[in-house]
Amino acid sequence: MSFFGFGQSADIDIVLSDGETRKKAEHKTEDGKKDKYFLFYDGETVSGKVNVTLKNPGKRLEHYGIKIEFVGQIELYYDRGNHHEFVSLVKDLARPGELSSSQSFDFEFAHVEKPYESYTGQNVKLRYFLRATISRRLNDITKEMDIVVHTLCTFPELNSSIKMEVGIEDCLHIEFEYNKSKYHLKDVIVGKIYFLLVRIKIKHMEIDIIKRETTGTGPSVYHENDTIAKYEIMDGAPVRGESIPIRLFLAGYELTPTMKDVNKKFSVRYYLNLVLIDEEERRYFKQQEITLWRKGDIVRRSMSQQAAIASQRFEGSNSTNALAQTKEASS
Amino acid sequence: MADAVADTRRLYTKPQNLSDAYGPPSNFLEIDVGNPETVGVGRGRFTTYEIRLKTNLPIFKLKESCVRRRYSDFEWLRGELERESKVVVPPLPGKALFRQLPFRGDDGIFDDSFIEERRQGLEQFLNKVAGHPLAQNERCLHMFLQDESVDKNYTPSKVRQA
Repeated sequence: MSFFGFGQSADIDIVLSDGETRKKAEHKTEDGKKDKYFLFYDGETVSGKVNVTLKNPGKRLEHYGIKIEFVGQIELYYDRGNHHEFVSLVKDLARPGELSSSQSFDFEFAHVEKPYESYTGQNVKLRYFLRATISRRLNDITKEMDIVVHTLCTFPELNSSIKMEVGIEDCLHIEFEYNKSKYHLKDVIVGKIYFLLVRIKIKHMEIDIIKRETTGTGPSVYHENDTIAKYEIMDGAPVRGESIPIRLFLAGYELTPTMKDVNKKFSVRYYLNLVLIDEEERRYFKQQEITLWRKGDIVRRSMSQQAAIASQRFEGSNSTNALAQTKEASS
Repeated sequence: MADAVADTRRLYTKPQNLSDAYGPPSNFLEIDVGNPETVGVGRGRFTTYEIRLKTNLPIFKLKESCVRRRYSDFEWLRGELERESKVVVPPLPGKALFRQLPFRGDDGIFDDSFIEERRQGLEQFLNKVAGHPLAQNERCLHMFLQDESVDKNYTPSKVRQA
């Protein structure tokens, strides 16, 4: 008991064995703040020490057992009471007894399966954490340490482009193309909008990235849409035959990988929304789903090597051919 | 295996036909509401406005037209569009019933500044409505803009292009 100054209490500290070398990743907390946590991948071992420091030296700490758990759980904000644990591992550190002085306990969770990526969203949270517990008669002493898990993918074998012709009959026909259907989080969306028929007065065109978080199943499905980015790609009125390029760098936005039906509890999907706005503020739009995935960090080539690769691409590229053609046509 | 620098070259596009690039755009639609004229005598007076339309949109039968309409015709058009189409129809300038009450210091609904205000509102209304792709499918809009007179006993229908 910690009041009246009687009895004994303790502080728990969890320290990872590779705390010095392990990378940390930034992750948003529920109230929007960004914090850094240790970064783990699927299959990695989680090991370290639990340091129990007695608050009143000289007094003994009676307990009913000390343990450490590794937990992966999904919390739905509207149902806080029920946490869905999909990973739950326990290691007993000490049998019921007494601690006469501060002590340190080693632990190791070998090759822990971490099947999903950590996610903090509008209505749901998926987190992994270590929890050390000293069980006592009246109140337990616990300490939690959150970690962040990233799931990595390799380059998809099949990554077809998205190409479609859409429009309103006799008013507006466009053909849009995005170079891929699966983009990694630091990728670039390269595309174009080709105007086949323009009988309305367009003022400008933008492309939005929309994140849709779906929670719940069956009749209680809830979708939460969030516009992550709005990027203007055209200002002014196009005519037939005009082609507008798209080049949208994803690295600047807060994106997560696409998550489909995680543990049958929630999904996070991303859409590109092409929006055309006319002179009377009427909006015409076409939404298209894209898949986002997380690429593993690779060893970076030196800057001069990268510059050499980039310059090779622009020699003899299509842009110079197009210039030559228009020169010929107008002469 | 791709390297760290992403390929951001533009996708291939065929060059634009120069007559498309520099020719007149196919979205030309101009509507002017002007020339207000008050007709009739005494209590039966009312104001008509001239509606001039110039366009190259194929959905309009006439590329140029000029008709005269009064405020109640606009009210009729707005009602028809609200009922027949899925368009959210913008509001008309006010009905100004208070101006029709007697013992006013000014000319009431025949006051020059009021007519000018109403004219501007009607022009804005028509430009918003006539440019709407869904409203352009309604027979009532074409009758209002281009027929000699408005037949309020018409059969509502959609305009279909061959």
